[in-house]
Amino acid sequence: MATRRQFIRISAMGTGAVLAGAAGFKLFASELTDGQKATMAALTARTPTYCEICFWKCAGWVYKGDKGAIKKITGNAEDQNCNGRFCPRGTGGVGMYYDDDRLKTPLIRTEERGKQSFREATWDEAFDYIAEKVKKISAEYGPECIALFTHGSGGHYFTTLLKAIGSPHIAAPSYAQCRGPREVAFQTTFGETIESPERTDIRDTRCLVLIGSHIGENMHNGQVQEMSDAIDKGATIITVDPRFSTAAGKSKYWLPIKPATDLALLLAWINVIINEGLYDKAYVEKYTYGFEYLKEHVKSMTPEWAYGITTIDPTLIRETAREMANAAPAVIVHPGRHVTWYGDDTQRLRAVAILNALLGSWGRRGGFYRPETFELPEAPHPPFPTPKRTWRQEFPDLYKLSDSVLANGLCDATVPDPSRNCQFHGWIVNGTNLIETLPNQANTLRAIEALDLLVVIDTMPMEITGYADVILPECTYLERYDDLRIGPHRKPQIALRMPAAEPLNNTKPAYWMARELAKKLGVIEYFPFEKIEDYLDWQLKQVGSSLEEMKRIGVKTFDRPLDDLYFAPDEDVEFYTNTGKIELYSTMIEQEGFDPMPKYTKHEEPPEGYYRLNYGRAPMHTFSRTSNNPNLTDLMDENTVWVNPRVAKEWSLSSGQYIHLENQDGKRSEFPIKVRVTERIRWDSVYMVHGFGHDQKKLRRCYGKGASDTNLITKVLVDPLMGGTGMRGNFVTFITDLKAEEVVS
Amino acid sequence: MRYAMAVDTKKCVGCSDCVVACQTENNVPIGYCRDWVVETMDGTYPQLEIELRSERCNHCDNAPCVRCCPTGASHFADGGIVLVRQNKCIGCGACIASCPYDARYPHPKGYVDKCTFCIHRVKEGMKPACVAVCPTKCMYFGDLDDPNSDVSIILKKRKSKTLIPEAGTKPQLYFLI
Repeated sequence: MATRRQFIRISAMGTGAVLAGAAGFKLFASELTDGQKATMAALTARTPTYCEICFWKCAGWVYKGDKGAIKKITGNAEDQNCNGRFCPRGTGGVGMYYDDDRLKTPLIRTEERGKQSFREATWDEAFDYIAEKVKKISAEYGPECIALFTHGSGGHYFTTLLKAIGSPHIAAPSYAQCRGPREVAFQTTFGETIESPERTDIRDTRCLVLIGSHIGENMHNGQVQEMSDAIDKGATIITVDPRFSTAAGKSKYWLPIKPATDLALLLAWINVIINEGLYDKAYVEKYTYGFEYLKEHVKSMTPEWAYGITTIDPTLIRETAREMANAAPAVIVHPGRHVTWYGDDTQRLRAVAILNALLGSWGRRGGFYRPETFELPEAPHPPFPTPKRTWRQEFPDLYKLSDSVLANGLCDATVPDPSRNCQFHGWIVNGTNLIETLPNQANTLRAIEALDLLVVIDTMPMEITGYADVILPECTYLERYDDLRIGPHRKPQIALRMPAAEPLNNTKPAYWMARELAKKLGVIEYFPFEKIEDYLDWQLKQVGSSLEEMKRIGVKTFDRPLDDLYFAPDEDVEFYTNTGKIELYSTMIEQEGFDPMPKYTKHEEPPEGYYRLNYGRAPMHTFSRTSNNPNLTDLMDENTVWVNPRVAKEWSLSSGQYIHLENQDGKRSEFPIKVRVTERIRWDSVYMVHGFGHDQKKLRRCYGKGASDTNLITKVLVDPLMGGTGMRGNFVTFITDLKAEEVVS
Repeated sequence: MRYAMAVDTKKCVGCSDCVVACQTENNVPIGYCRDWVVETMDGTYPQLEIELRSERCNHCDNAPCVRCCPTGASHFADGGIVLVRQNKCIGCGACIASCPYDARYPHPKGYVDKCTFCIHRVKEGMKPACVAVCPTKCMYFGDLDDPNSDVSIILKKRKSKTLIPEAGTKPQLYFLI
């Protein structure tokens, strides 16, 4: 067998810097460096926080040096999300605070002789500007025509503000651009969603099946930790991925599937589990509905049938199905997280849910546990006004299984269209860079073009801030209080975030901003507490704690009200579905006019000379949010496009060479991207990490570094069940002749 | 007493948390590092094998960097840890050239810097920052002379290797394979 050995130093910096002279040394008696001394002295000065670099929200401690400067962040040992260990992004959170490209003061767009620019403004001016526009839009079109897009802790306060003025239109791209299909699939099957952190009992599993989910590269802290525990305990990992992911490298079985055919593999697994009688008969009998229909449905979907579609050897399909059944019920067919791929995603995730049901893993140790969320009293306020219209009216008979507002739906309904009467006229965008988050950038820009008001609240100048009318600079999570984190997890837990330092520059916390705006808009009664810390203390005192206590301990754990982490033997369980059973045959999906059981449909394949564009995560970055963080940029400062050596040979590409990618619609990457020739990718697809290729010049560290996958996702495969935006149906080719100024020497 | 570290390549996911934790613990300037992650890959699609290693100074028993240091700045401290006395280092770079593991870097302040096994933490009864932070718990640290230390136990249980043993440096950074 031919062997090629690649040697890549992932995260070492060049040490070729010129040696400075020996002059100017500080002299120390001991062997400790000044940094270490400061760190040791700081050990007593720590404040609790929970992380905001990603959605996992690990609780930790912020340590400060003797002069009060933030030095380092570590995990809180009591916290279930991190068990005392922060991930690289959380550890590198200090870089978010120290980033000198941060937004520093409120900005308002002005126009002088046709040239637009931002001028610095006071907070009062910025709020007056926003309030005036909001009032005008509300008067002319109704308050429902103002939408909030949010991702992060501050979103809660702007949500209250929007509801107070009478708009129900609050959307998080984490739904229709990410995990929505998973939640709908599990809701329709088990009557409950997966939520975040996922209710997967990985630490005690005996078999973990990953389908396109690259745990380890997606640094969802608790899951990565538990996968490692499972490896220690000898669990089998089965990874299905066209790319040899890090997780594939840790797997007993790697199934190098042809992209876009996962559903056929899942159906074949179901076929084997049923035909060979490997399913949990008592569980299926007691808890499920529609087994006989399912058995009939998958009869022809044999491993041999799937082989022709997926290219996976039928023997391997059978062997892996048996491996799962041997481990059952301590088996997890992982539902993944970013699952908006091909537009039939809810149905694919339904197959995942059905497979778990047949194996009896739902409600079982080593499968899926019952999460517990801590209940906290909400601030008392008058009822919210009833909105007169909702976005659903703009999409009659579409996406009826969606249980959240679709970010892309709001965007589509903003683009002027004579068929819609509630075009959105104002957007408030908090902590989500919509330009890099929503697919089909041209559509997003058309929507923005039509807005009367675009307010962006962020800590960094992102692409979206460049389109804002008003920019409100938020302080980082290290400089503010936020709501208590309440779960869900195995045990009910609360975690406190408090400021470790005063906000830098003229930045402010979201709570204060939303409340000041509420004053200007005449809805202050929805924010009864002037200071958030008084609100938190009020909440905590009602549950037997206090702000003072939480400042000391950071995380407080409570007992579960019942000992019901897993189903008890023979427990009678009522599931929140139409039949009260786990629905292998979904009556709810059938009611909405779709296939009650998942069917494989063939997806478009790349034309000659094109390759499917796959994208994913790197463990040291979150979305496009961290690309400018100095500590994290140190670990990874650009993305690469992974190309199989066979393809590279055909195109005469070599590792390190910069090229452009161009998609099926002629859309070319804005910046060149470096080629990584590697055996780890199939010959029919390419791969890149999401979140690079920023074209915001104010992000000085990451501007123009790498390419943006979102930029190349012009074709969107919409899930008819719930409106999720499938983004893996785009194909790219290579453009090797760069313009002279783009050649990186 | 003989301090050593073992890194489990079967668990490491290459996230580089060890690198950034070391950076913030030890005030390593942006652009430099005392530890780093290496990925090696063998095979052709789809028969592939990958190895991920968190690497750092090997705190060698027979350390060329100590031997070649003209000022005595590079030295062995308690437990065999190789350290640099900043005030004695003239930044000549001989140690950097002599190290087969490329484990040292010239600090912008003029001295040579490297992994200390976080001796300042170890003296306080804590683990090195990289070991304490690792989400996969793939690093084991302790005293090889103590049969009950984490590192002794894991090295007894698992097969391991060292890097470039042919250099004769007797490295004390082990990789579980």
